[in-house]
Amino acid sequence: MNNILKNSVRFILFLLIQIIILNEIPPIHQFITPYLYFIFILWLPFGTNRITTTLLGFVLGYTLDMFTNTPGLHAAAATLIGYLRPTILNLLLAQELSEELTKEPSIGTMGWGPFTFYIFSLTFIHHFYLVLLEWLQFGDFGYFIGKVFFTSIMSMLLILLAELLLNRRKLKR
Amino acid sequence: MKNIIGFIRQNFTFFSFLILQIVSLVMLSSYSKSHETFFGKWNNAVAGNVNSYYNEWAYFFDLKTTNAKLVAENVALRNELAQNFVPYDTSVKSGTLILRKDSLEKIRKFFYYPAKVVGNSFTLQKNYITIERGALEGVKKDMAAISPDGSIVGVVVEVNDHYSKIMSLLHRNSKVSAMLKRDRIAGSIEWDGMSPDILLLKNISKSALPKIGDTVLTSPYSSSFPAQLMIGRVASIVKDPSSNFLTLNIKSATNFYNLEFVYLVENKRMEAQSDIEQKGEGNE
Repeated sequence: MNNILKNSVRFILFLLIQIIILNEIPPIHQFITPYLYFIFILWLPFGTNRITTTLLGFVLGYTLDMFTNTPGLHAAAATLIGYLRPTILNLLLAQELSEELTKEPSIGTMGWGPFTFYIFSLTFIHHFYLVLLEWLQFGDFGYFIGKVFFTSIMSMLLILLAELLLNRRKLKR
Repeated sequence: MKNIIGFIRQNFTFFSFLILQIVSLVMLSSYSKSHETFFGKWNNAVAGNVNSYYNEWAYFFDLKTTNAKLVAENVALRNELAQNFVPYDTSVKSGTLILRKDSLEKIRKFFYYPAKVVGNSFTLQKNYITIERGALEGVKKDMAAISPDGSIVGVVVEVNDHYSKIMSLLHRNSKVSAMLKRDRIAGSIEWDGMSPDILLLKNISKSALPKIGDTVLTSPYSSSFPAQLMIGRVASIVKDPSSNFLTLNIKSATNFYNLEFVYLVENKRMEAQSDIEQKGEGNE
């Protein structure tokens, strides 16, 4: 119950941060759009099964789409990382860790290396797919590559910042 | 058939993922202006509420810029007013057959500048208003000042580089040519130092029949003020049997207590007018 409550709060909190703050920031450059909302998917407990993360990804993305007037765009990308998340976690985690189902992926529980790889791969996949969909509607190849690259870096920074600010390392006992 | 169902069941997660992807992509590809109304209907239930709350907050913090924008826009609109222009005189025969100028084109007489009020008094006998706009920004002596709602405030008396001083209507020496709107009889607006709300309209001919509540406007004889700007309304009539003139108490339309912005009016032909007015006196 506690877990569900905590994650519901996160769902709303990160959506609001995305909508009210990050979407309103005047763009530094055409390539840089700060995205943070999908950190909700990244922070779900280890034990969340694949169908749940996929569905949550869709709900999360679609809710954001309502505010940005792009129905389906973020929903598609967030569904994808929701679906791929368990695969990547299984690649990275030792057997005994993946059995501690209520813990969440963080620097504390996974260590710097695996955690960085985890967030980097999912961030990259998310942006790659998102910008690909955007690119199919307009834009050129340079725009595609540049935006995937710089937006990924921006998101990585934001996620690491959130990680350090909220100091989730405490959860490790 | 059984195998297919079994296959789907085994890969239920993958299929639900696939379905969600397809749903997203179909929504994305079919999205257009006409779909906006469809989505709008139930998206607005959630997003609209949150957005309107958020907008209220954002608007509050933007008020300062909004205000500045409105002031700029008002100045632009005032500059477009027809009464700022003097038409070409086409009734005079000129030596040439062809008019050199388009008779529809008009000459601008009045220019408006916005200015922020930084100092204001209304309790003294000689009240002045200080504004943050000076000679370097185009302010000259004798320019008129009017309030944002179009009623008059005073006349510029002192100018330095960045600030100017306006002699408010609430000044014992202030004198502005005014007229009654009803029959266009002119007099002059002065102040007796009694109440900041009440001005005096002096030298109104007794042939005028003013009524309480009549509007008083600036007259066309003033060189500083454009004609027909609001001054106030007649509050009471003072009859003086020993004089040929009426004195009217005017309830001022200007709110001197909360001036934040004033508009300065520049008469492009002021020098020419005062020049010719002074020439007559020398001949006597």
